[in-house]
Amino acid sequence: MSSHTYEESKSIATKTIILLGIITIVEVVIAYIGKGIWFPSLQEAMNPRLLTVLLGGAMIILSLYKAIKIVFEFMHMSYEAPGLSKTVLLPLLLLVWGVIAFLWEGTAWKGYRQKIIDRNEIPAEQQMQGTLIKELETEDLI
Amino acid sequence: MATDTLEHHDVDHHHADGPPSWDGGEAPMKASYGKLMMWYFLLSDAFTFAGFLIAYGTLRVMMPTWPVPDFVFQLFPFAGHTSLPLMFVTLMTFILLFSSWTMVRAVQEGQRENQSGVAVWMFLTILGGAAFLGCQAWEWTTLIAKENMTVTTNPFGTHIESGVYIDNNGNETQDVFEAGEPYLIHVIGQGHGDDHGDDGHADEGHAASTEYTPHHDEPGDYTDALIDEKGYIHKKYKVTEGEDAGIIKSQAFGPKAFGGLFFFITGFHGFHVLSGVIFLIIIFINVMSGLYVKRKNGYEMVEKMGLYWHFVDLVWVFVFLLFYLL
Repeated sequence: MSSHTYEESKSIATKTIILLGIITIVEVVIAYIGKGIWFPSLQEAMNPRLLTVLLGGAMIILSLYKAIKIVFEFMHMSYEAPGLSKTVLLPLLLLVWGVIAFLWEGTAWKGYRQKIIDRNEIPAEQQMQGTLIKELETEDLI
Repeated sequence: MATDTLEHHDVDHHHADGPPSWDGGEAPMKASYGKLMMWYFLLSDAFTFAGFLIAYGTLRVMMPTWPVPDFVFQLFPFAGHTSLPLMFVTLMTFILLFSSWTMVRAVQEGQRENQSGVAVWMFLTILGGAAFLGCQAWEWTTLIAKENMTVTTNPFGTHIESGVYIDNNGNETQDVFEAGEPYLIHVIGQGHGDDHGDDGHADEGHAASTEYTPHHDEPGDYTDALIDEKGYIHKKYKVTEGEDAGIIKSQAFGPKAFGGLFFFITGFHGFHVLSGVIFLIIIFINVMSGLYVKRKNGYEMVEKMGLYWHFVDLVWVFVFLLFYLL
């Protein structure tokens, strides 16, 4: 239960929803810039990969911030007993491992797919020669 | 959620009113049984959704290309062919955010035992949830009936080479494209090209692939298009750059996993919204009947419902991020 008065809780809720709305609009603006719909010149001025990472990272951080606001303000997690919030939030740390491990795996599969395509283009008798295979293996796949 | 209502333990007033919660002297973690278990249910549900979304991320990064969201999601009801990338799904996000806020207000009115206040804000929350479901129904209908996306067929492809489309005589047309440009594979006999009906078809929005329509209506291998058994028109083009320059190819389907992941994950979320709306209606009826007035526990059932409803909004934050923004 919140220790705030009714009026205080009401104003916190109003501020939170306005903040969430603004963040959502900012996210969509970033998505528009990232897809080159707005400021297409930025796509040429910057390294496209760097731009994707920067804008994508910004959207991920903003979404995480939105999630934290929803859990702590709307769901009142910040007003619960510390034990309660720990038992709910700490297990979620497993997802940090989950995200890293599976995206790593997915990236590796992408590399193997390209490797198979490359190898299939080599005539069968040449595939047996060690040098060619070695060449392909040393390529930076990840 | 239904069973714990029968035997309710009053957390806030137990020191004053006799038997303490959970019958063990202290309410564990200063929360009622029902509320604590709602939190643990949501924790388990968070892992379910995280599993699906991580699977989506894994399959997406392993593909050389992925459907471009601002191309796939660019139509808007009653806007005809106008291209409005991501606008409809942004509207859906705002509807769900708004209903989350009305739910907070309902919980707050409940804590001060204001029956009519709870009823009004819960009613608005129900409307928000129903509006969201309506939007999702429109989105799915558009994808399935107009753009022919299914769980196993993904007509949204992306060019990996630059090229130019060819016409029925094998000549190059004016319709050129660059690597990275998205396209939509149409199905024969669906009235695109000259037929600009008011059915909201995606012609101009998906202009890159619809400016030129092959004049065939039977499956087969034609000079300008390959029409498969199911009637999907894979338009042919001549590659103009790279190793394969000069070779004629036909448009390939996009990554197959996209349709299954999209329908399954947004469907699973929509199912949560649907069950949420049903529970909201049940609790709304109980509020109107005065059931929670008798319990004198600050409308705790509304608070528990609020936790679930905010969770649905929370999941949407990540669905919105992964399917539409990135």
